[in-house]
Amino acid sequence: MTHEAAHAADHHEDHRPSLYDWKRWVYSTNHKDIGTMYLVFAIIAGLIGGALSGFIRWELAEPGVQVFTEGSLLANMLGMDSNHSYNVAVTMHGLIMIFFMVMPAMIGGFGNWFVPLMIGAPDMAFPRMNNISFWLLPASFTLAVLSMVVPGNGDWQGFGGGWTLYAPLSTSMAHHGGPSMDLLILSLHIAGASSILGAVNFITTIFNMRAPGMTLHRMPLFVWSILVTVWLLVLSLPVLAGALTMLLTDRNFGTQFFEPAGGGDPVMYQHLFWFFGHPEVYILILPAFGMVSQIVSTFSRKPVFGYLGMAYAMVSIGVIGFVVWAHHMYTVGMGLDLEAYFIAATMVIAVPTGIKIFSWIATMWGGSIDFKVPMLWAIGFIFLFTVGGVTGVVLANSGIDTALHDTYYVVAHFHYVLSLGAVFGIFAGFYYWIPKMSGYRYNGFLGGLHFWMMFVGVNVIFFPQHFLGLQGMPRRIVDYPEAFEYWNHISSVGYLITVAGVVVFLIMLAEMFIVRRKAGANPWGEGATTLEWTLSSPPPFHQFNELPVIKPDTHH
Amino acid sequence: MKRGALIASIAAGVMSFAGAAHATLLPGQPTPRGMHLQPAATEIMREITSFHDLLLWIIIAITIFVAALLVWVMVRYNRHANPTPKKFTHNMLVEVIWTVVPVLILVMIAWRSFPLIYEQERIPAEAELTLKVTGNSWFWNFEYPDAGVSIAANLLPEEDARAEQRPYLLATTEPLLVPVDTTVRVLVTSNDVIHAFALPAFGVKEDAIQGRVNETWFRADTPGVYYGQCSELCGVNHAYMPIEIHVVTRAEFDAWIAANGGAFASAEPAPATVPPAEGAATSPATEQPAAAPSSPTR
Repeated sequence: MTHEAAHAADHHEDHRPSLYDWKRWVYSTNHKDIGTMYLVFAIIAGLIGGALSGFIRWELAEPGVQVFTEGSLLANMLGMDSNHSYNVAVTMHGLIMIFFMVMPAMIGGFGNWFVPLMIGAPDMAFPRMNNISFWLLPASFTLAVLSMVVPGNGDWQGFGGGWTLYAPLSTSMAHHGGPSMDLLILSLHIAGASSILGAVNFITTIFNMRAPGMTLHRMPLFVWSILVTVWLLVLSLPVLAGALTMLLTDRNFGTQFFEPAGGGDPVMYQHLFWFFGHPEVYILILPAFGMVSQIVSTFSRKPVFGYLGMAYAMVSIGVIGFVVWAHHMYTVGMGLDLEAYFIAATMVIAVPTGIKIFSWIATMWGGSIDFKVPMLWAIGFIFLFTVGGVTGVVLANSGIDTALHDTYYVVAHFHYVLSLGAVFGIFAGFYYWIPKMSGYRYNGFLGGLHFWMMFVGVNVIFFPQHFLGLQGMPRRIVDYPEAFEYWNHISSVGYLITVAGVVVFLIMLAEMFIVRRKAGANPWGEGATTLEWTLSSPPPFHQFNELPVIKPDTHH
Repeated sequence: MKRGALIASIAAGVMSFAGAAHATLLPGQPTPRGMHLQPAATEIMREITSFHDLLLWIIIAITIFVAALLVWVMVRYNRHANPTPKKFTHNMLVEVIWTVVPVLILVMIAWRSFPLIYEQERIPAEAELTLKVTGNSWFWNFEYPDAGVSIAANLLPEEDARAEQRPYLLATTEPLLVPVDTTVRVLVTSNDVIHAFALPAFGVKEDAIQGRVNETWFRADTPGVYYGQCSELCGVNHAYMPIEIHVVTRAEFDAWIAANGGAFASAEPAPATVPPAEGAATSPATEQPAAAPSSPTR
């Protein structure tokens, strides 16, 4: 051990330090180790966020309040014993899944691991900043979890105002007078700082550290997707930080930014929040676009169709994503012409999205498709993202949104693009790259079983929610009229199927690390053409001591 | 043969889904196992429904098209059927088609969409009645300022709802009455946090925000009982502030106004083209918003 530790500090020695040396992880400046930590963190956060959604579906399985009430099993175990606790579960499920599961997995995890590998760089541009980017996240997550166990609303613990933290519900001392909301503000500030530092690191790395010959137009699409994503982060997170700071000062220092009695405006908070919030949803999905492009190309053994169109479709999605935010707030009473503008701008996004969907299919067209596990997830992604996308076109029309706003139709829509889109993208990337990251092959049967259980499970959860929304069931209600029972019950059954799928995922992971089947440098064959497959599995602790040279015909 | 049967059964399923969804829904409230928008009680909601149904066919067609393409490539271009992959990466024609056709579809959608929102959002000048709705944690105040009538509607407790066979979580202690075939201007505001006044069958949803008055309108054309629920997370009892509106004849409405101690200025329905004065006299049941409402936002 001491021998290993001595080497850990020696950056010129290409020798992997011991897995059990805590300094390797806490002091890490290695993009692959930091990426691994991000992925482990995301899995843990995902299990916690998933458990919260389980509490929600458990409660909604039948009418009446059976779970979030005194004397229930959940109340005895976790003290979640009131309607307020239900709102806390809804709020924290959203925040945890977004800030502590999807973002760390995609950007911190896969981005850290594979952006340097794919562009032929030895590491990230700022390795020590990379370390602080990661380690801010556990601090932030700790604050978020703490916020659930300190007083939020009177004696009730936690903040229950929804992940959007709308003022005045979040600033009102009558509703959230306790320190819970302040901890949450601090948590999100730190998560935002973590993301901004990471984003700066990626931008610098991608612009300055590409191997000779790796021009921007030869970068793999996953690198393009991360580049667009981190620009969105850099431009949108400061707005969230500003809005959060105003919430903090409204709560604690007597300012009245969002308080009408003092000349403030609650709707202004919503504009600020969604100016961040809408780019944020593209932050969550764009890296999945990139991963699916790599995977579809690899397993079709065919280069990506319309490479430039794919890259610039992502750029245009990123740009347009900044000018559509108010479609989240059609019912606040905005001006009519403004509403018309946001309808038009929102629908425009369907065009580049359609280009991506059709280009993926065109990539497969004429290919020689091998249905390995990552490809199953990628094809599942394309189909489910289409379903989520078309309901987005419905909701874009504010005339119809009047009927559907804040109903379960919206819940179904954004879970189709996120829970079924982004999460399927994450699993696609995970199954694609885990042999590279760990050096081991997984059991294909377990991977396939995981896919099919999740595919069936999430559809059973979320498809019936369209019907609930059409029938008028509002979001975020702990109890519902009896007429909504049937589809809610089915939805909850779907959760059980999904959770069984997650168990299969964990078994698959354990089996892989116990059996330890060696994966070669390139387990996917000739279709896998990007640079990471030229390295051993797992890659050396420091790669590309001699930079690879990229020739025009070997790109993407 | 087998494939044809499958397609036929899917088509039959879709048809019966669309047909059944309309035929059996209860008016004014959700239906067990219901799969479609609640039946319309206003012209606006009828237009929302017909626009939605148009979009539903379009998005079903798009989804089936994408799914069919996926199935086709999976069948035709898998490893066994096509061992040697082709290497093409561009095809200008299809790229232009899949850019232009979606644009055309979206333009067509926008063509339907814009007139609808202008119709929805422009309050008819000849509004015959003004209703002021104020959200509170967690009940609604309804007020007819021109008649001096104001009520507070709370959740009807579960045992009462069961005893009276009215839907729990939708029924209120004091239903609001509105006259049929009457254009009602609705002013929506809040006394505390943000709520949303929503009535699915009317195609109405408007946020109730402290410090501002939002405007919307409806003209119910079918007498009956209509329910809605608060549609913006407003704290602990968000699930417990329903809305119950009875659409009744003008005579019943006038009788109800009188029974509540109110009267319109003249026998004829008073035209309410001017918004009520801010801070107009209110009955004890209505609390004034903490902040004086500003002028209507549109």
